This record gives sequence, C-alpha cells and structure tokens, in this order.
Amino acid sequence: MATLNSNIPSGPLSQKWENHKFSSKLINPANKRKYKIIVVGAGLAGSSTSATLAELGYEVHNFVFHDSPRRAHSVAAQGGINAAKNYQNDGDSVHRLFYDTIKGGDYRAREANVHRLAEVSVNIIDQCAAQGVPFAREYGGLLDNRSFGGAQVSRTFYARGQTGQQLLLGAYSALNKMIGAGGVISHTHSEMLDLVVVNGHAKGIIVRDLQTGGIHRHSADAIVLATGGYGNVFNLSTYARGSNVTASWRAYKRGATFSNPCYTQIHPTCIPVSGEYQSKLTLMSESLRNDGRIWVPKRKEDAKKAPADIAESDRDYYLERMYSAFGNLAPRDVASRAAKTVCDEGRGIGSTGLGVYLDFAESIRRLGEDKVRERYGNLFSMYHEITNENAYTSPMRIYPAVHYTMGGLWVDYNLMSNLPGLFVLGEANFSDHGANRLGASALMQGLSDGYFVLPNTIATYLSTVKTGGRPGTEIGEFKEAEENVQGFIRRATSGKGSRTPDSFHKQLGKLMWEHCGMARNKAGLEKGISLISDLREEYRTNLRVLGDAENWNQQLEKAARVGDFIELGELMCRDALMREESCGGHFREEYQYTAADSEVQQGIVNVGDVKRRDDQFAFVAAWEFPESADKAPILNKEPLVYEEVKMGTRSYK
Amino acid sequence: MKVTLKVWRQKNAKAAGEFKTYTSPELNPNMSFLEMLDVLNEELSNRGEEPVAFDHDCREGICGTCALVINGTPHGPHKGVTTCQTYMRSFKDGDQLIIEPWRAGPFPIIKDLVCDRKSFDRIQQAGGFITVRTGSAPDANSIPVPKGNSDLAMDAAQCIGCGACVAACKNASAMLFVAAKVSHLGLMPQGQPERYRRVKAMVEKMDTEGFGACTVTGSCEAVCPKEISLDFIARLNRDYAVSLLKGEPKRLKGGGAG
Repeated sequence: MATLNSNIPSGPLSQKWENHKFSSKLINPANKRKYKIIVVGAGLAGSSTSATLAELGYEVHNFVFHDSPRRAHSVAAQGGINAAKNYQNDGDSVHRLFYDTIKGGDYRAREANVHRLAEVSVNIIDQCAAQGVPFAREYGGLLDNRSFGGAQVSRTFYARGQTGQQLLLGAYSALNKMIGAGGVISHTHSEMLDLVVVNGHAKGIIVRDLQTGGIHRHSADAIVLATGGYGNVFNLSTYARGSNVTASWRAYKRGATFSNPCYTQIHPTCIPVSGEYQSKLTLMSESLRNDGRIWVPKRKEDAKKAPADIAESDRDYYLERMYSAFGNLAPRDVASRAAKTVCDEGRGIGSTGLGVYLDFAESIRRLGEDKVRERYGNLFSMYHEITNENAYTSPMRIYPAVHYTMGGLWVDYNLMSNLPGLFVLGEANFSDHGANRLGASALMQGLSDGYFVLPNTIATYLSTVKTGGRPGTEIGEFKEAEENVQGFIRRATSGKGSRTPDSFHKQLGKLMWEHCGMARNKAGLEKGISLISDLREEYRTNLRVLGDAENWNQQLEKAARVGDFIELGELMCRDALMREESCGGHFREEYQYTAADSEVQQGIVNVGDVKRRDDQFAFVAAWEFPESADKAPILNKEPLVYEEVKMGTRSYK
Repeated sequence: MKVTLKVWRQKNAKAAGEFKTYTSPELNPNMSFLEMLDVLNEELSNRGEEPVAFDHDCREGICGTCALVINGTPHGPHKGVTTCQTYMRSFKDGDQLIIEPWRAGPFPIIKDLVCDRKSFDRIQQAGGFITVRTGSAPDANSIPVPKGNSDLAMDAAQCIGCGACVAACKNASAMLFVAAKVSHLGLMPQGQPERYRRVKAMVEKMDTEGFGACTVTGSCEAVCPKEISLDFIARLNRDYAVSLLKGEPKRLKGGGAG
C-alpha cells in the first residue's frame, strides 16, 4: 500500500496557508542555484512555475512536446478566471469563493487546498494585470467582471472570449524573460516518456526529441509535472488533439498514485457531433449562459420543427424551470445531465436528436445586437464557421461534451505526490475541484499552483535533499527507463500489425462514452472493463506505425499516447465501478434522488439529481499500480475530513 | 465530394522535397480541412504509405499550431480564420488543392508540411515581456487603463503566433508579428518603463533571425487569422525610431551603496 499523508497544516482553516508558509523551511539564495528542477509542460501551471522558480534562483529546465511553450492547451480557455476581489461590491469574499468551490465540487475536494486557492486568487489577478494582460475594463479604466455558473456573484475576470490565451501569454512572457536571462533552459519538441525513480525518489525523466527521434536522459533534484488533463481518453472532446495522459500515466506506473480518475467534467455547451470523421468538439463558452436561454420543445413531436415555428408557450426552458435560483447558470454537471435527460425523453433537437437550443433572441431584444456582438462576437463567428448557421437570427444548437478532468495524480498539501520529489500542478493533479469544477476555476488553479503555491512548498522537500547529490544519468535506473522507452518504439515500428493508432483511439473513445460517460451503471462499467481489456490486447498485437523513429513521426507519438489512454480507460471504469454513489460529474444511475426521498419532497433537489453517500464514500480514491501488470490496481483511501463546511445536500433550486 | 490534392512531401530538413498527387476519399462538406487530411492519412496508412505530416493541435483557431498554404494562400481562402477553421464546404467537388508548408528562411521545414517556428520564441525572449517578479504586483485596480487603450492592446494581443504573416510576405518579414507584441505591451501603462528597450531588442533579434524587411504591402494583414491591423506596424516604426533617438542611458560607474 502507498503511504498517503495529506500534510494539511493544523490550525484554523483561514490561517493554515499563512502559518504553513511561515513554518516551512527556506533555502538560502546561494543554495537555490545548486538545485536543478525539471518542469514538464508549459501551460498556465508549467510556465508560471518555471518562471517563478527561476526568479527565486533555482536552475529550471522546462520541457514541452509543442514547438513553443505558448501552444499549451490553456491557450484555448475562453470564458474567464475567478477571483475573490469583490470589485463588484456584490457580497463576494474569500470565504464565499471557497464555499462555492467546495459545494460546486459536491463535497469531494480537500477543504484546506480549496481555501488556499480562494486566498491566492486575488494575487493572481494582480500578477496578471501587472504583466500587461489586457483584461476587459470599464470606462473608468478599472477591471470588469462577469458571472459564471455555480455562483451568484460576478467574480469572473476576462479578456474577450480568449482569457486563456491572454493569461498564457502573460505566463509565457514571464517564462521568456527567464529563458532570456538564462534562468530557464527551454526544451521544446521534447516529450517525456518515462519517469526515473532512484531510491524511491523521483530524480529524472526520459525524453524523446520529436525532431531527431533522439532519446535523452535528464536528472534533477525534483520533477514537476504540469501536463494537463486526460479528457482525450474519450477521443472526442474539447481538448487539443495533442493533449495526453502519458507523463502522468508513466509516473503512475512508476509508483505515483492516481486519484479519482472517474471524475470527468462534461461541459454543457458544445457544438454537437456532426459525423464519423469528427476529430474535435468545440466549446461555446459558459459565459454565453449569462445572456443565452437554454430550451427544448415541450412536446417531442415538435423536436424536428424549425425553432422559429415553435411557439413561446411550447418551449421548455428546463434549467429555469428545474433550478430557479441559478437558472441557466446552474453548474456544468447539473446543466449537462439535464440536457441528457430532455434528449433521452425524445425532445432533443437537430438531425441526431442530441442537441438543445441556446437562444439569444431575448437578449438581443433587451440589449441590442451590437451589445451581444461586443460580448460574444468571436464565439458567434466561431459557431458560424463550424456550422454555417447564424446565431444572431436562429438559436445555437449545443450538446454536452468532455471538457476537463478533475481526477489526476494524488498530491499532498505541498502538491507533492506520494513519490518524494515528484510534484504535480494544475489539471494534472486531483486536488481542488472535487467531483465537479466550476467555470473559470481551472485558470485560477493552474496559476495559483504555478505562481504561488509550488514555489513556496517545494522548499520543504528540497531542504531535505543534499546539494550536489543529484544522481548521474549513467546509473541503472536511467538505463532501465530508457530501455523501456526504446523497447516500445522498436515494437511499434516493427511493422507487424495492421491498425493505426487513430483507429484504436476512436474505438476507445466510443467505448468510454458509452460505458463511462455522462451516466454510468454497474453492468455497463463491467462490460466496459472487459471490452477495454480486449482492445488493449489487440493494441499490443495489432498496432502498426509507419515511418521510422529517427525522424519526425506523429503516428509514433500518437501510438504511445493511445496505448496509455487505453490503460487509463480501464482504471477510470474501475474507479467509477468502485464509487457506488453519485457525486458531481460522476453519475451512477443506481444512486439518484427519487420522489420517495424527503429532500425531493422538501423541494431541495429534483428527482434524478445526484445522490452522494457520505457515510461510505467521503474519501479520495488513490489507485496504485500493482507489482505486475496482470494484477488489479490497489485502492488506497484518503478520508475527506471537513472542519469548516458541513457536507450538505447540494441544491441549486 | 472528392478533391485532388497536390501535397508537399519532404522527409526531413536536409532532404529535397517534391509534390505528390493524391485523390481524396469521399468527403463530407462539413469536414474541417484538417479532418480531410486525417481521412487521407488513414487511407494512406491502411495501404502502407507513410501519412502526411502536418502540424495541428487545438483545432479551434487559438493555439497557432496549424500552418498550411492552400492554393498559394496561408490558411486558405477564408479571411480571418486559421487552417483548422477552414471547412471543405469552401471548395467544390473536383477542385485541385495545392498544399504547402510555410516557406521562409527562419522557418526551416522539419518534415512534409511541418516547419520550425522557434525563431518567434527567440524574438520574444529578447524583450517581449514586462518585468514583474511574481508576488511583487500592486493591486490590479491601482493601475487604471483607459478602455480605449486596453481594447486596442487587446486587438494586438490576439496574435496567435502562427507565422502566416511571414509566410505571406515576399521578404519573409516578421514585422506584423513583432508589431502586435510591441503594441500590446506599449499601449498599457504597465509596459511603459521598458517600452523603448523592448522594441529595440525585439527588432534587432528579428533581424538577426533572418526575417526580411517590411515594404508595407499589407500581404501579412490580408492573411492574418486574427486580422491584426497594419496600423500596428506604424506604431512599431514610431516606437523603434524613438528608441534610436533616445539611445541607451549612460551607464554609471561602480555599484550601489551598501
């Protein structure tokens, strides 16, 4: 069994972080230079932490598989970033942001981590504004805000519909500054393919140079993974095509535990699937729900009619009806499930019946088309490019799609995994969003971890590491890890099989969506596990990669990533099967509220809402890779202890 | 629908390249251009031919990775979109499509349609930032920014660093790219202390990376997927001229007190 100590500091919740920073060990400036830190990934978390660690004086090496750190998928975030600034004077506070996030995560996140996130949120906005991030402003020159799902205050800062790109460019500029100053060595087109563990500590990585095919060994005093989420296990998602789980998965196979893999976020407002060839689903920002109203026809006979032919009285604005307090701004998991429910009833719209309307007619009447264009123009034109439809004159068609993963590698309060020396930041870790993430909180977490948390907490570990004690890359552990990578490449390019990596990925995606998607049940998950295990066997024997390993070879890159997704898919199903409750994005059909429940009768929740079982499942699942691959993974549990908040029934009515 | 594809194939940076002609499989007009290439690649792979290498990632027009010249135009026939946001409905059944990588000295070809744009990173490492140590920032609302400046800065900041401007320019000039970066930061009050140092360093780096001179033909603006305005080049030229006039501050001898 793995040793899991969350290392949550003692004392009152609101003072834990301050006290922890004070009681943590420091490293003097002359010694910082002697520590080498590897950071894998350059999204918000990876860029910001690389830059900040280098400012502090550490020797930082940053690795990305992209050609430039600026391409990481944080770039695609549209809507905004939360912060408890209360610039709107609408009753926001650190405590309210903390509470909204805990409740939004359906009481499955760690209190202490989430409180720290809310505290740090205000510093993030200051930092980004000082870097020149062009946030939206009011005429007086001060910052503007908008509302996002799961909150009743306006605390979201934004830069048109491309907040992610602007924040990433800020972090990237900080990274560039430190690369220019020599504090960070940047390794682009370099993909991490294995983690090297020496005497139980993470001490190095094996990297493939994507341009030359060269396999290189790198050692360090600490390794930081900021490698994003694993939603591409579903093949079709809003993720970039290159986003993958490989770095995290290889770390898992070297002993890092993987937490809550089944917690997947399905975003309610994406452009529906149009055909078999589809490679990507496009998100329409949650910010649209500020001014757009979601509806389907009341009668299923009307589902095939043009929206203009359906009278106002025949429309069902189901979120407003079911969740009157939050309406169209209900949290993502709730809104997605409601969309699935109305489509399952036969009331879904569009050629496939898997769609609902997001309608701006009322806002255009109220605000004028120009105002709507100013707020959402780029999203409307993106919608037009993809669908050839005009959302100013006819409602958008939308449907839920995989968007984010709350699960990830287990970390303690210091963001260190159970493998000493291995730190995990941003979407790649599991810690802050519980079973559902609120909108505009991913950017907040990536930058909180990267700018403010890790640069403080990493010293706790480094102060236990002797300077100059870094292992050389010639030792057996590095050799074995490199051989592991080389062996896979030899097998993949041997030209024996007949199926492409893409064909496996498509098949896996369909399987995952059907058996481990928006609604899960015992029989489906068991079937999923058995089908994935068959797929894994076929992948082992029938994979074919064309081209050679000594040149640029995208099929080879893809092959390694798909292999890891197949293994992860199985673990996700196991986790979902083990978790015999519903919470947040994890919906087990067996565990939902029915008309017989008192919470329904009292009007707190609706029939069909998720039903947690706190008595048995108030824990973080941390899966441990077994001794050998043919054995089942080992489940470790970290109990969730709530000191401040009472685990209540999550109501948005 | 079906189209004929003339695709640039090149094994690596050192090898000579050539066009190869393929007939596409049956296509759906709602496919994106890159999905069309996915389908072609699956077909090539299934008959044992190496798939066409092309760069792509987010497929929603924001990461700046995709970079194809389609029938002579970077990012294809539509104005204001990237290659990945180009859809097959923009073409007709039976069309011939010539697909090439960006062609510019500072963007060497890695393979087929993939080129190396690290020179853009190096320009930004030379000065494309505001120096602000993490943790040292004042309250965000203590620095008011006039909305007009902020909006104009945002227009410039939309640049996704794809390099289409360079690919379209007969001189392979990176002026629109550098102008966008310099204008974004130069329009904000936070960017003033380093304004002239920044522009000088970035222009010098652009020159040493081998990008050509700007003759203001506007071919860059015409293909920019974010429709970055040529006006920013005027802004860059003005700032660069001022930076030359101002010169370097005189260096003081010796260290500080204490």
